[in-house]
Amino acid sequence: MVEEENIRVVRCGGSELNFRRAVFSADSKYIFCVSGDFVKVYSTATEECVHILHGHRNLVTGIQLNPNNHLQLYSCSLDGTIKLWDYIDGILIKTFIVGCKLHALFTVAQAEDSVFVTVNKEKPDIFQLVSVKLPKSSSQEVEAKELSIVLDYINQSPKCIAFGNEGVYVAAVRDFYLSVYFFKKKTTSRFTLSSSRNKKHAKNNFTCVACHPKEDCIASGHMDGKIRLWRNFYDEKKYTYTCLHWHHDMVMDLAFSVTGSSLLSGGRESVLVEWRDATEKNKEFLPRLGATIEHISVSPAGDLFCTSHSDNKIMIIHRNLEASAVIQGLVKDRSIFTGLMIDPRTKALVLNGKPGHLQFYSLQSDKQLYNLDIMQQEYINDYGLIQIELTKAAFGCFGNWLATVEQRQEKETELELQMKLWMYSKKTQGFILNTKIHMPHEDCITALCFCNAEKSEQPTLVTASKDGYFKVWILTDDSDIYKKAVGWTCDFVGSYHKYQATNCCFSEDGSLLAVSFEEIVTLWDSETWELKCTFCQRAGKIRHLCFGRLTCSKYLLGATENGILSCWNLLSCALEWSAKLNVRVMEPDPNSENIAAISQPSVGSDLFVFKPSEPRPLYIQKGISREEVQWGVFVPRDVPESFTSEAYQWLNRSQFYFLTKSQSLLTFSTKSPEEKLTPTSKQLLAEESLPTTPFYFILGKHRQQQDEKLNETSENELVQLPLTENIPAISELLHTPAHVLPSAVFLCSMFVNSLLLSKETKSTEEIPKDVDMEEEKESENSDEENDFTEKIQDTNNTDLGEDVIHQLSKSEEKELRKFRKIDYSWIAAL
Amino acid sequence: RSTSGAKPESARARGARSERGERREGERGAAAIRCVAYNNQSNRLAVSRTDGTVEIYNLSANYFQEKFFPGHESRATEALCWAEGQRLFSAGLNGEIIEYDLQALNIKYAMDAFGGPIWSMAASPSDSQLLVGCEDGSVKLFQITPDKIQFERNFDRQKSRILSLSWHPSGTHIAAGSIDYISVFDVKSGSAVHKMIVDRQYMGVSKRKCIVWGVAFLSDGTVISVDSAGKVQFWDSATGTLVKSHLIANADVQSIAVANQEDSFVVGTAEGTVFHFQLVPVTSNSSEKQWVRTKPFQHHTHDVRTVAHSPTSLISGGTDTHLVIRPLMEKVEVKNYDAALRKITFPHRRLISCSRKRHLLLFQFAHHLELWRLGSTVATGKNGDTLPLSKNADHLLYLKTKGPENIICSCISPCGSWIAYSTASRFFLYRLNYEHDNINLKRVSKMPAFLRSALQILFSEDSTKLFVASNQGALHIVQLSGGSFKHLHAFQPQSGTVEAMCLLAVSPDGNWLAASGTSAGVHVYNVKQLKVFEYSIPDKHYTDWSRTVQKHGFHHLWLQRDTPITHISFHPKRPMHILLHDAYMFCIIDKSLPLPNDKTLLYNPFPPTNESDVQRRTAHAFKISKIYKPLLFMDLLDERTLVAVERPLDDIIAQLPPPIKKKKFGT
Repeated sequence: MVEEENIRVVRCGGSELNFRRAVFSADSKYIFCVSGDFVKVYSTATEECVHILHGHRNLVTGIQLNPNNHLQLYSCSLDGTIKLWDYIDGILIKTFIVGCKLHALFTVAQAEDSVFVTVNKEKPDIFQLVSVKLPKSSSQEVEAKELSIVLDYINQSPKCIAFGNEGVYVAAVRDFYLSVYFFKKKTTSRFTLSSSRNKKHAKNNFTCVACHPKEDCIASGHMDGKIRLWRNFYDEKKYTYTCLHWHHDMVMDLAFSVTGSSLLSGGRESVLVEWRDATEKNKEFLPRLGATIEHISVSPAGDLFCTSHSDNKIMIIHRNLEASAVIQGLVKDRSIFTGLMIDPRTKALVLNGKPGHLQFYSLQSDKQLYNLDIMQQEYINDYGLIQIELTKAAFGCFGNWLATVEQRQEKETELELQMKLWMYSKKTQGFILNTKIHMPHEDCITALCFCNAEKSEQPTLVTASKDGYFKVWILTDDSDIYKKAVGWTCDFVGSYHKYQATNCCFSEDGSLLAVSFEEIVTLWDSETWELKCTFCQRAGKIRHLCFGRLTCSKYLLGATENGILSCWNLLSCALEWSAKLNVRVMEPDPNSENIAAISQPSVGSDLFVFKPSEPRPLYIQKGISREEVQWGVFVPRDVPESFTSEAYQWLNRSQFYFLTKSQSLLTFSTKSPEEKLTPTSKQLLAEESLPTTPFYFILGKHRQQQDEKLNETSENELVQLPLTENIPAISELLHTPAHVLPSAVFLCSMFVNSLLLSKETKSTEEIPKDVDMEEEKESENSDEENDFTEKIQDTNNTDLGEDVIHQLSKSEEKELRKFRKIDYSWIAAL
Repeated sequence: RSTSGAKPESARARGARSERGERREGERGAAAIRCVAYNNQSNRLAVSRTDGTVEIYNLSANYFQEKFFPGHESRATEALCWAEGQRLFSAGLNGEIIEYDLQALNIKYAMDAFGGPIWSMAASPSDSQLLVGCEDGSVKLFQITPDKIQFERNFDRQKSRILSLSWHPSGTHIAAGSIDYISVFDVKSGSAVHKMIVDRQYMGVSKRKCIVWGVAFLSDGTVISVDSAGKVQFWDSATGTLVKSHLIANADVQSIAVANQEDSFVVGTAEGTVFHFQLVPVTSNSSEKQWVRTKPFQHHTHDVRTVAHSPTSLISGGTDTHLVIRPLMEKVEVKNYDAALRKITFPHRRLISCSRKRHLLLFQFAHHLELWRLGSTVATGKNGDTLPLSKNADHLLYLKTKGPENIICSCISPCGSWIAYSTASRFFLYRLNYEHDNINLKRVSKMPAFLRSALQILFSEDSTKLFVASNQGALHIVQLSGGSFKHLHAFQPQSGTVEAMCLLAVSPDGNWLAASGTSAGVHVYNVKQLKVFEYSIPDKHYTDWSRTVQKHGFHHLWLQRDTPITHISFHPKRPMHILLHDAYMFCIIDKSLPLPNDKTLLYNPFPPTNESDVQRRTAHAFKISKIYKPLLFMDLLDERTLVAVERPLDDIIAQLPPPIKKKKFGT
């Protein structure tokens, strides 16, 4: 495909969805959330991502609906711009360049042409809330430099600022005080709570704030779990507050319902609390939400709530406190012990997820497929409690078996260890617990591997442990007289001079097992479990061990802690070569002989791809990440790529993903991320944007036929049929209120014409361009048709045949508009 | 010795105290507060306790307990109210309405309302009528005449007892809280206009009964009720409908008090929490206002039986015997005296007297007296040590009163051979004879008729004279000799006034007697020549030292103390030393040393470490010790020994009934 392009390290999904409060569209059909440099638009009904708004060049830090046009969305970013989007079509309308890093965005309906952003100018921890005047201009990029400071010395988090009573005042909290700025009076009131000097009030810090939509009431959340409701705050002396206390840990976020009749709060308890009438005794709970609630937002229509959780999840909750949808990204809450694995069945990435769970994450669609509950225990969220950790996991026998190890170590001598073996059930399409082994070893299990040879008749698992033994577990059918149930039992225990077993791995054909005991590598025959051979390099403990594949299967590779990478020839039982390389991650590609090794010199990480048989690496890329790379994995491609350049050939059959210390999932790619968005989701959007009217059914049928035809014709590359929603005449017809439409008789021919297919194909590119210019002129005249013209611009470069139809229908459509204008004026005259 | 040398002496006394403290049992202070009534005119607070005691606190004078009326077993007060300005009425379960004489400190009259036990009482806004709610469901209206009250008429009788009453500020309607419903009466016709049924439901569970513990009628026609289901409810009295309901407690809400401006009210719950409600505007630019619950205060461990709302503070009292005065910060102008939370537990009176010669202490309880001999020690130790006792304290005497009345006052003579005490109707004098370890008690019979009741009793230093302040305002001097007594003289009050004397003091040589009464004047009598000298406050002749003090002013921290000084004494051998104490601290003032200015440290809680430290500390006149909490009594026993009596609050709380159990998070 695009061979000339360089390989770049790209972030592949898995970015935080819970960075800021999610925002609902006015009709609650969509939910927007910031996700790295993008804004994602999800459907609240289907949980599907319908658009990714990309355009920002740095982290997006805030999104808000345009209060004057609820079909538009503002976003701000650290790159210093505010962008206005048409989220229905995913089009960037305007960019306002502010120039300094923007940390949060607020909009107020009353402030017509300005928005509020948080900036910091001087010191790193001192932020200001400023209002930015957005100049009215038709050009795509506008400079917005007119800033005026509203509040100084505020908190960076947007949760600490709230606008109340239709923009009459703004409340900001920081540390121990609440400041309220009144826009009309231009005064600031400040209320301070007694601080940590008094032990009783040690955790009085403010954490978040929310304003009542109807009344003058400010709710503030605190570190000690209290919620204070402030009233009468226009008077610095007569102010008063009430306390609501249920949370035992800090209140993470607060939100009032649209009518203000109830207050929602959430925190580390993972319970959404609804305080009705703001009274302490009248509260409802939605418990067991899985993870800390980071943000709460309320839809403007009032029918939905949504909570963002620390496990990178957004939950959409009905007004009656029933969870209706979950948008789950890659869970990045905790440290990854299991490493990256690929589920051979679903090709999903498997790693630690929620506490005690394995998550299956689809790399293609950037969403979590499902969670497998390994621990099967209620998670107790308490600071300082030592939890059971899921430390190891491995897939075996083409995804038929899964082995997991969990451990909990409170003291040096008290180790709780459990190994579980899960069988894939075709019936339930999931893993079912088969065998639970309590204390499989006396000490921590360091490695776990299945024998994945195709010819092996009996599933075999090997565990290596710090207690100096490695154990071989096999599947037997000895559990009852019918010999139907199967279970795992220990078959062989091996050791070598009481050294700690650190690694184990099977050769590709399953005939040899390599187990490393600290500095020594031992080779065992998998038939008889006889010690065949030992290698010892005296170059430090073995950190990684793997066999070569395919043509290189006669090689065994070992990387030590002292920075030596050795390659042994199994036929000659001698060292083939060794190199000085401090290997952090070593992963063999299952589809080729290639092995990827990531080394870590003093700063950054370097990637080396090599074949064991060749001393020269195939590919070197230095500085793939600034941080330490912790895990890597090769993911087989569904459709092999065809890079001809020698350096990129290693990417043909598999793709390499790696995870850094800060848990960003990165990969190598030559494509731009925009191409990843599947066309199905775009169609999904189109379907949803239509209201369910009789027209919809007609059009829906029509489109179905079209789609069928499209499928038939697409192979023959015939003229593509236009999509009905792109025809201006129809959309105009559908969007014009019925009472101002001209009579149906008048419209009929026009409507039918617009649906007809034109036979002749004009290959004139100028015509649509001319029309475009006209359109632009028109759009300058009337603002409301702005997005409409954008739509047309977007569709212009799709197909020629379509253009013709557009062109034909546009003249009619102008007529239509004239009617519309006339009719409006007629109404105005009334 | 240096002036701070009083420390080892007090340490010795502490040894004695700690020994005795274990065996203390007593009811003093353990009588729960039942009602409080605030008088706006005089800024005074009347407090009644379950044993029938009524106390008057002066809120202007640093919350000092000015007056008290002794309790009576059968007079359990249920309601207390001020009427006609300064007149105080109470009503109780014995069915009587009582008016108190605030000058002579006795009961003016008691009148039976003939409706069974009285549960509630309210004075009309015009102050001319008194309303009582009785057990039999009747509401009775009394007319207040200048010297009595007179029954006027009954309102429509209700089915069950009337537990709470409130007048509409215009005086045309009243609201009466009963069991399960609230009635609104028209005062003119005396008939019930509305009957508002209170929901029995409590958190989804139906309780047996819903008792309306309190009602408040606001001028806009709103009736606020508090009930046993933990609700505070707002009713529209015009239509008889529920407007709003606040569920605030899991237990009963027992009391309510509304501010005069009707912009805030306070309720007390059985969980010991006091909630403040305020009327705040809904938005800044609208006139619409709403009641919101604002701050909860948890100063009590037990039921808050009663609350009051003064213009600047919230006052609450309950089963845990504390009277808590919580100032409203927004009403207090500057941060001073008045901005501090007050918790008054102990009476501001002397309940303990001591015989210096025989090292005896006499403790006064509600219905008995106890006489103890102090232990002693021969050991010596460092400053701050608790020394072991060589001889334990002895409980010598337990003297129980006859009859239902509480003891008003008691005293033991300095020689230890006389004990005198008085109840509201009888005066008792006993002579004690000591024969080795045995003790012989003999009542002196045939007390003269004028010695029927005493407000204060004092013996002269040489134990030969007994001074008695009677409740008629007269001061009697009685000569004691051997086993008999002789009435020497009676100082009659000035003609026309019936002012009761509450405080007595006698000079060590026995020549001068000082007395102070309810009107804050000091009378000095020459006992020998039987003449009266009066020093009223304005033209008092101050000593040079007090003139300096007046000129110099006290240390600002000293002025910020908020507890009244309960006892002052002088060191007999060191005339420059003044010893004084209140409930929280003990202080020696050395008049020979310069007064502290605002920059010096007034109080140092740590014991002196070395000589230079002692030097630095003795630089100013005030020596303060705060180790005793709370300090009930302290006096010099001899010139090297101080006796201090502590009353640990835990002991009092241990005697109380258990509070409502509340689940505490994390336990």
